[in-house]
Amino acid sequence: MKPLIRKLLPILGVVALYYLIMYLKSIKVMNPYHIQVLMFAGVNIMMTISLNIVNGFTGQFCIGHAGFMSLGAYGASIVTTMIFGGFSVAPNLRIPVFLLGLLAGGLVAGAVGLLIGIPTLKLKGDYLAIVTLAFGEIVRATLRLIEPIGAARGMIGIPPYTNFAWVLFFVVLTLIVARNFIYSKHGRACIAIRDNEIAADAMGINTTKYKIISFVFAAFIAGVAGGLYAHIMSFIQPDTFSFVKSSDLLVYLYAGGTGSLTGSVLGGLLLTVLPEALRTFGNLVNWRIVIYAVTLVIIMLYRPLGLCGGKELPFLKINRKHLYEKSIFSKKSVHPSETPN
Amino acid sequence: MSTLMQFLVYGLQLGSVYALLALGYTMVYGIVGMINFAHGDFLMIGALGTFFLAQAFSSFAVNGTYSGLIVALILFTAMVGTGLIGVGVEAIAYKPLRNRPKMSALITAVGVSMFLENFPRALPFIGPSPRSFPMLFPTKRFQIQGVMISTTQIIMIVLSLVFMFILYNVVNRTKIGSQMRALSMDKDAAQLMGININRVISITFFIGAALAAASGIFYASIYPQVDVYMGGWLGTKSFIAAVIGGIGDIRGAMLGGFIMGITEILATSVNSNLGYAIGFVILILILLFKPAGIMGKLTIDKV
Repeated sequence: MKPLIRKLLPILGVVALYYLIMYLKSIKVMNPYHIQVLMFAGVNIMMTISLNIVNGFTGQFCIGHAGFMSLGAYGASIVTTMIFGGFSVAPNLRIPVFLLGLLAGGLVAGAVGLLIGIPTLKLKGDYLAIVTLAFGEIVRATLRLIEPIGAARGMIGIPPYTNFAWVLFFVVLTLIVARNFIYSKHGRACIAIRDNEIAADAMGINTTKYKIISFVFAAFIAGVAGGLYAHIMSFIQPDTFSFVKSSDLLVYLYAGGTGSLTGSVLGGLLLTVLPEALRTFGNLVNWRIVIYAVTLVIIMLYRPLGLCGGKELPFLKINRKHLYEKSIFSKKSVHPSETPN
Repeated sequence: MSTLMQFLVYGLQLGSVYALLALGYTMVYGIVGMINFAHGDFLMIGALGTFFLAQAFSSFAVNGTYSGLIVALILFTAMVGTGLIGVGVEAIAYKPLRNRPKMSALITAVGVSMFLENFPRALPFIGPSPRSFPMLFPTKRFQIQGVMISTTQIIMIVLSLVFMFILYNVVNRTKIGSQMRALSMDKDAAQLMGININRVISITFFIGAALAAASGIFYASIYPQVDVYMGGWLGTKSFIAAVIGGIGDIRGAMLGGFIMGITEILATSVNSNLGYAIGFVILILILLFKPAGIMGKLTIDKV
């Protein structure tokens, strides 16, 4: 009974959070603008988790992640708006079309991730970072050239399907999937690569393969997040997904703490809300990005691991003991911490 | 043919801007091992500072043109001032992170870049609006076999070549230069040999920022508009130029800068978006075939 409660508690928490926010909205404490900021925060959390899988858990430096987001946004919008006709979709078909669009966005981003991952993930450290930066900019320049999707003017008339419930649902789904990935065999291989690539290689881990797996997986999540973003804004433009967007995502990740899903949630949420909150102080409007930048530098100087680097909330961890108890080799196997030295 | 030569002139003038900026990226990378994303903003500070200096000296100008001595004084002040800002940035933001993971220095650089762009933007007397840059260099145009060339172009190309020549000799022929090279080879060993690391790094940042200021002044002289965000994409492109040439190598940065400038002008003549993307395409191609850039040497990981 107890493990069941422990499993259900986070889900109940999420449902309670949803109803709390809906209640705050109904008594007019939160207006649609606040809800929209929260939706952007949700998208940013998904992007940060996605980036965390590559940078935080696999130890690769991707600094052009907005490229995947734009691919997802365009992929999803092409499906919902150009193939299914946007606003003319029958009401009962809207949700399937929306989900199909998000899936398409994720697949496009994932496929491109695979395509550029195979040649580039052999590069190391800084060079990989530079190539991903170039990738993001090439995607942007290419999207600016394609006339049917609006070229540099951007794409308009995307139906605003995304609401708060969808964002919350996808954030929770991403968290669960990411957690399960990280604590799976594949995820542990990725962490091994992060900790020491040469040692991981010597242990028989196919490093290139696992780097590509984590890259494609992250690209897929980024694509879905991009699709959600397009259906909040109902307008997308190649220049939205420039290097500025990528560096914002890096900032969320490293301020929150790498290698920690809790950190990604916290970083994405706080740093999306902070600039918007600074907006409300009338005479500070011009200074808000300055304050934001100074906050960032101070976090990096005094908490170099980010707000919660390497730490997790309990329900984002998997109990390791549990893994050893289920060992198939011997019934008596014990947790390593209990073995006498 | 004359069209091609004309593009070559434009390519050289843009290339010299990229090359000067790329030198700063490559020196900082070679010596500290970090990508200084705020480097492009030194260019902006140099150009914007020159704008205000020129305003301050406007009483010396005759019909909007400045005498050579005044221009030299303005250039010198702007370069030294930007250099000192570079040293300050390093001392405040980067020095405490020197022995931390590379990524935290990179993120700090992103933060510093945001600060350098938005702090002047928030100051009431600077603000976000673009300003037209004063004519510092004489602009007499003349034609050689169908190729239009102006004195501004000649001055800036020659001056940047002079700066590069001086820098190359400083790095290769002087004591401080050999200290820099020692530091980029092995930081710990250099320290044990009695090299004052902090001093060398400060000087590196000073030179890098001063060269960035010069490139900002040149850029603003040919495209006479300055605003607080001008450093962002110029910085990204120069950084790409440094990587194409082989980051950490001074000759590579110069070569990469000119390659970037010339190909960009040629591609822009076909399509403006292609002009933007061509540098990145070249970068990926070069890294696939020569993973350390044209001049760079690959280092082998040792366990």
